[in-house]
Amino acid sequence: MPEPKEPIDPNEAIDPNQAIAPTSGFGGGMDLAATDAETLEKPPGEEQEGGPSAKPRSLWSDAWRDLRRNPIFIISALIILFLVFISIWPGTIATQDPLAANLAKAQDGPAPGHPFGFDNQGRDVYTRVVYGARASVTVGVCATAGVVILGSVLGGLAGFFGGWWDAVLSRISDVFFGIPVVLGGLVFLSVVTNSTVWPVVGFMVLLGWPQIARIARGSVITARQNDYVQAARALGAGNSRMLVRHIAPNAVAPVIVVGTIALGTYIALEATLSYLGVGLKPPTVSWGIDISDASNEIRNAPHMLLWPAGALSLTVLAFIMLGDAVRDALDPKLR
Amino acid sequence: MTEPLTREPASRKPILQVRNLVKHFPLTRGILFKKEIGAVKAVDGISFDLYAGETLGIVGESGCGKSTVAKLLMNLEQATSGEVFYKGEDITRLSGRALKAVRRNIQMVFQDPYTSLNPRMTVGDIIGEPFDIHPEVAPKGDRRARVRELLDVVGLNPEYINRYPHQFSGGQRQRIGIARGLALNPEIIICDEPVSALDVSVQAQVVNLMEKLQDEFGLSYVFIAHDLSIVRHISDRVGVMYLGRMAEIGTDTEIYEHPTHPYTQALLSAVPVPDPQARERRERIILTGDVPSPANPPSGCRFRTRCWKAEERCAQETPLLAVPSVFAGSDSPAAHESACHFAAEKDVVGSASVDAA
Repeated sequence: MPEPKEPIDPNEAIDPNQAIAPTSGFGGGMDLAATDAETLEKPPGEEQEGGPSAKPRSLWSDAWRDLRRNPIFIISALIILFLVFISIWPGTIATQDPLAANLAKAQDGPAPGHPFGFDNQGRDVYTRVVYGARASVTVGVCATAGVVILGSVLGGLAGFFGGWWDAVLSRISDVFFGIPVVLGGLVFLSVVTNSTVWPVVGFMVLLGWPQIARIARGSVITARQNDYVQAARALGAGNSRMLVRHIAPNAVAPVIVVGTIALGTYIALEATLSYLGVGLKPPTVSWGIDISDASNEIRNAPHMLLWPAGALSLTVLAFIMLGDAVRDALDPKLR
Repeated sequence: MTEPLTREPASRKPILQVRNLVKHFPLTRGILFKKEIGAVKAVDGISFDLYAGETLGIVGESGCGKSTVAKLLMNLEQATSGEVFYKGEDITRLSGRALKAVRRNIQMVFQDPYTSLNPRMTVGDIIGEPFDIHPEVAPKGDRRARVRELLDVVGLNPEYINRYPHQFSGGQRQRIGIARGLALNPEIIICDEPVSALDVSVQAQVVNLMEKLQDEFGLSYVFIAHDLSIVRHISDRVGVMYLGRMAEIGTDTEIYEHPTHPYTQALLSAVPVPDPQARERRERIILTGDVPSPANPPSGCRFRTRCWKAEERCAQETPLLAVPSVFAGSDSPAAHESACHFAAEKDVVGSASVDAA
């Protein structure tokens, strides 16, 4: 109900009618009769939200307003918050020790107190799924963040400035594309003795950035050619303003889509590297390690594979849904 | 805002002087080590003056370099050589702060209202952006009010300030683009085919709006278009371009009723005549062949390959843009600058008919 708000809204210092008054003298000319009719007809879409007393709005505030009402965003955000929570405090929902093994129960199905059953070593699958979230989510999120930041900055700058910087960067990214991931992992990670997630994350960023860089470069080149970028330059805008205000918001959508899909790939890649013995090493608990262990026994004890794989799928789904919702919210045409 | 300007050319000083402006786009081969193998001569030596308060129309076929001229005047492209003097200062060599200061006074309206507005910014942000870039123009608290005022000036409802461009029609979007161009109170607005992308009915509204704003704010326009009728309607003077060069320039009467350059005559003979009887009587000049490639233009006169008057001399000597010697000293309207060795008047349109345009 915007109308009753009008007189009492403190943000509206200037009555729109008064603001118009000094210039309205030439608004009623003959040649503008048709114009007034055109402007009075409402564009489709929002009703009275842009009323005279409304606050200034921007892309980000509108996107946030849109996201808060989007059930997809709410569900995916809740799942991600939950994942973050159990990554930090796994003990709150899993009271057992993920490393406690009872070989007598190896590969057994669900039992009271052990809803997901036992693995090869007779360890509780439920507890391991909960504890595994930390390593897997850390690898997935950090590798994706690193790849997206590095790739979009390098690719975006290459697309924006072009010239020799673009030529050199494109050739470098070709070189990195040429390195097979598994072979590269065996070479790079076999020399690392550190058993934390960080060498794995670093390796994924090192080999993953060219993918995002190419996409970012392409979409920046597309956005850069639009007249509104020329218009901003004609107004005297500097490079940083053109990049931040005009190019980035219009080029970010493909990066978000590929980035969120890549997140699942990185968690799966962590599993592959662990299986080859160069990724995370026991006693670290991760979904990747458990999935690769269980994949040999899928016909004997499918529950060992399904629970960590299900957790992985849910995580990937949540991030893809989040990325999708954010991308849609940043596009005013879809609102 | 300003007193109405007289339209007497003699009483005015040029506000923008273009001298021998050249833009060659290099053609290169190779990926990392680029070798120049030629150049597209998009603009090849253009000179003209723009007087305060007037509208200079620039017409020509697609690909003749009109839009490149616009970009050069805006310094969006770096000129290969030549000068553009704004109040005596060569703006093609400016950069940084000095260029930014000049940009306050020279603004542009773009051809395509669908790509010239950032789809992810609200109308308020689009029209307010000039104030963010030049904060000295409007104090911060005043900006929203200024944006509303501008919306009203261009005939849009100020309440639409929080809407996005896709919620507007083409004509309304072009008004937003005009409002953005007006925000800094410029003296010159370069209009690069501002109405070609619009419906014919909306074209008239936008052109009338631009004329009204010109009277109101004392603006000078460089109005680039390929629609001869619209250019005649809005322009005080008209320049005809062909393949990167100016073929003929003069007042609208001189160009439309007394063209002396064969290209202008051919161009005018293509204008549709709304009167069926006049249409039967008029002579239609049909040019043969295509526009030559600007990467490899003909020697001498650029138009000679398609000109019915072409002789040996046209291939040898480049005709200068000057009042032809046959008309020198005469008072007739045909005595205006025309780059042709054999300039002669030819009434192609049956002058009454263009008045209807």
